[in-house]
Amino acid sequence: MQSTAHAFKANVGHALVDDNLQQSLAILKVGFSERRRQAAERLPEFEALRDRARDIKNHALAHLDFYLEAFEAKVTALGGHVHWAPTAADARAAVLDICRRAGARTVTKSKSMIAEEIALNDHLEAHGIEPVETDLGEYIIQLRREPPSHIIAPAVHLTKDQVADTFLEHHRKLGFDKRLTERNDLVAEARQVLRRRFLEADVGITGANFLVAETGSSMLVTNEGNADLTNTLPRVHVVIASIEKVIPTLEDAATLLRVLARSATGQESASYTTFNTGPRRPDDPDGPAEYHVVLLDNGRSSVLGTQMQDMLRCIRCGACMNHCPVYGAIGGHAYGWVYPGPIGAVLTPQLVGVEEAGNLPNASTFCGRCESVCPVRIPLPKLMRHWREREFERHLTPASVRQGLALWAFLARRPQLYRRATGIANRMLALFGRADGRYGWLPLARGWTRHRDFPAPQAGGTFHAQWKARGGARR
Amino acid sequence: MSTVSEPSSHAPGRGKTVGLFVTCLVDMFRPSVGFAAVKLLEDAGCRVVVPDVQTCCGQPAYNSGDRGDARAVARQVIAAFEGFDHVVVPSGSCGGMIAHHFPGLFDDDRPMRQRAEALAARTHELMSFLVDVLGVRRVAARCDATVTYHDSCSGLRELGIKAQPRTLLAGVAGLKLAEMTNPEVCCGFGGTFCVKYPDISNAMLIDKTADIAGTGADTLLAGDLGCLMNMAGKLQREGKAVRVRHAAEVLAGMGDLPAIGEPERTEAPVSDRARPRAHRRTSAGS
Repeated sequence: MQSTAHAFKANVGHALVDDNLQQSLAILKVGFSERRRQAAERLPEFEALRDRARDIKNHALAHLDFYLEAFEAKVTALGGHVHWAPTAADARAAVLDICRRAGARTVTKSKSMIAEEIALNDHLEAHGIEPVETDLGEYIIQLRREPPSHIIAPAVHLTKDQVADTFLEHHRKLGFDKRLTERNDLVAEARQVLRRRFLEADVGITGANFLVAETGSSMLVTNEGNADLTNTLPRVHVVIASIEKVIPTLEDAATLLRVLARSATGQESASYTTFNTGPRRPDDPDGPAEYHVVLLDNGRSSVLGTQMQDMLRCIRCGACMNHCPVYGAIGGHAYGWVYPGPIGAVLTPQLVGVEEAGNLPNASTFCGRCESVCPVRIPLPKLMRHWREREFERHLTPASVRQGLALWAFLARRPQLYRRATGIANRMLALFGRADGRYGWLPLARGWTRHRDFPAPQAGGTFHAQWKARGGARR
Repeated sequence: MSTVSEPSSHAPGRGKTVGLFVTCLVDMFRPSVGFAAVKLLEDAGCRVVVPDVQTCCGQPAYNSGDRGDARAVARQVIAAFEGFDHVVVPSGSCGGMIAHHFPGLFDDDRPMRQRAEALAARTHELMSFLVDVLGVRRVAARCDATVTYHDSCSGLRELGIKAQPRTLLAGVAGLKLAEMTNPEVCCGFGGTFCVKYPDISNAMLIDKTADIAGTGADTLLAGDLGCLMNMAGKLQREGKAVRVRHAAEVLAGMGDLPAIGEPERTEAPVSDRARPRAHRRTSAGS
């Protein structure tokens, strides 16, 4: 999809006045974090499992070439096909090629962030193939022609009323002409519409939570079962996944699953956990005749061995955004590309460029709540700070910020001069603010005073001036 | 609100010399926090020294990606503070910068990294120093107020400060604690963040002040002046009658000073309220 990350500040402006969005975010901010907290509390070994999960992913990344080749060998031996896609364009071309060979007119899809990353739906549509999203949230936003606003809850920005209007508009032509208001009725209607689409699809495309090198399996969790209809009913099953999804063993998958669902939704386990291991075997009751795995790099391998490598541990649970007060204020669309929240602030500059997405790692207070809940302990604030350092090195930091910093640093490195400067500033601010104790408006601090008063300093001079005057111990 | 004299039969800090890192915000806006820290440390038996060459911990540069200036300021802090038994900071954010982030600034400079690590190991936020290092459980102060306590992010997540301020506040006579629903959620300050992204900061701040108001507390306390100025400024703009103070002020019996953003009621400088004792007038000799 086309990035609007460069327009972050404008996006934020729209998000903050979007009443429907703010209504949805108010629910999200409380719900996800509370459920995750309870799930973690119920499992005494949860913190130890997070360490183990981090170690598994670190090991897999340290030997990524080995495990990817092992995975490919297994898939091939099972009768499947692995397609290596260095770029998004390569991945799009590989999927389109598979669909064309299958003579596909419609394809069903279960939720895949990689499909969003490579803008697969647009590409298929442009070539006459209709993609049908089958995850309820993805289905809703596909009807509305919107990108996802959350990596596990793509339509979380919408209210029930908005969904009701969308369904009435799009389902009327299918004979559903009653505007529904109950949650269960909306789900039932979507299920009826999608059932027919599942049966007529020629190709099913799914993502993958993990790729297991030991068995050649791709593993997927859902709560709706839509992925299972996507990967068993059509004749051809295509898995699209990025290279860092590979892990060594089924045992590792089991460990990661234990932290994944708890971190994401607070569930002990998702409703459906499916391992796809090659195409249908002769004795299998069902399954696809063809099984393809498209492995996307898209710049990830260039992160290996750098100080940014930790970002590749991400298992896409969404806990960082569920706990992020910035995400909670502005929602996912403001980030302007596929991945929102703290992990988006780290991934997006890597995938679309720091010139385009430089605002994202800057729009953080470094409160650290994301890192404190990340199931694989990604040091997200540290990685955001690294992006700021790269911006600074490349002179992408705004000139006003650079000049302010240069002045501050000049003074901070000269304590005597600093004392004189702060002494003057202290006296001025204390003098003019004495009557009220605060400022409603201050030149050069309008970013502050637009929304809040600025407290005036206490009278009597700076701490150091008073300390010196009283002859306090010093050296 | 007044100070009750401290029985000095046990002074866990006796014989320890503490370097006080005042922080740039306390120096400039709220010197009473520095004097409160001095009082609390002296009451615990410590000798307090305030090195003259300190300015700032370097966070403005560090968090803006300016590693060069951050390193330069860090070198200055390390040189000024490495001679003390302990370094104490009345801020979890600046304390976290020294104790958590300084060593990583010198990954390519082994001798400096060792000095940074040595300083980091001896550096503590004020309230965690009193409780965790000195074992102080009770300070002799009175404050007739219902307070709510905001857990500032760096202190909470980098230094593990959560129970220590509550332990000390529980011993303050007349003080009642009314917890927020989400005391651990960021207030939206974030240093330069609050002026670089004022509208996001404001949205976060509105949630925070609503949570504060919901407790019914008449006083908001925290351990970081940046967060406190941010929240005080919003509470005042919203016309919410909550007084905002640094927790150290209340613990030092200075809870009757004008709150943050309130007009001065007296011409007397705040240092008069915690006048340095005679023994500190003598040279520190170091």
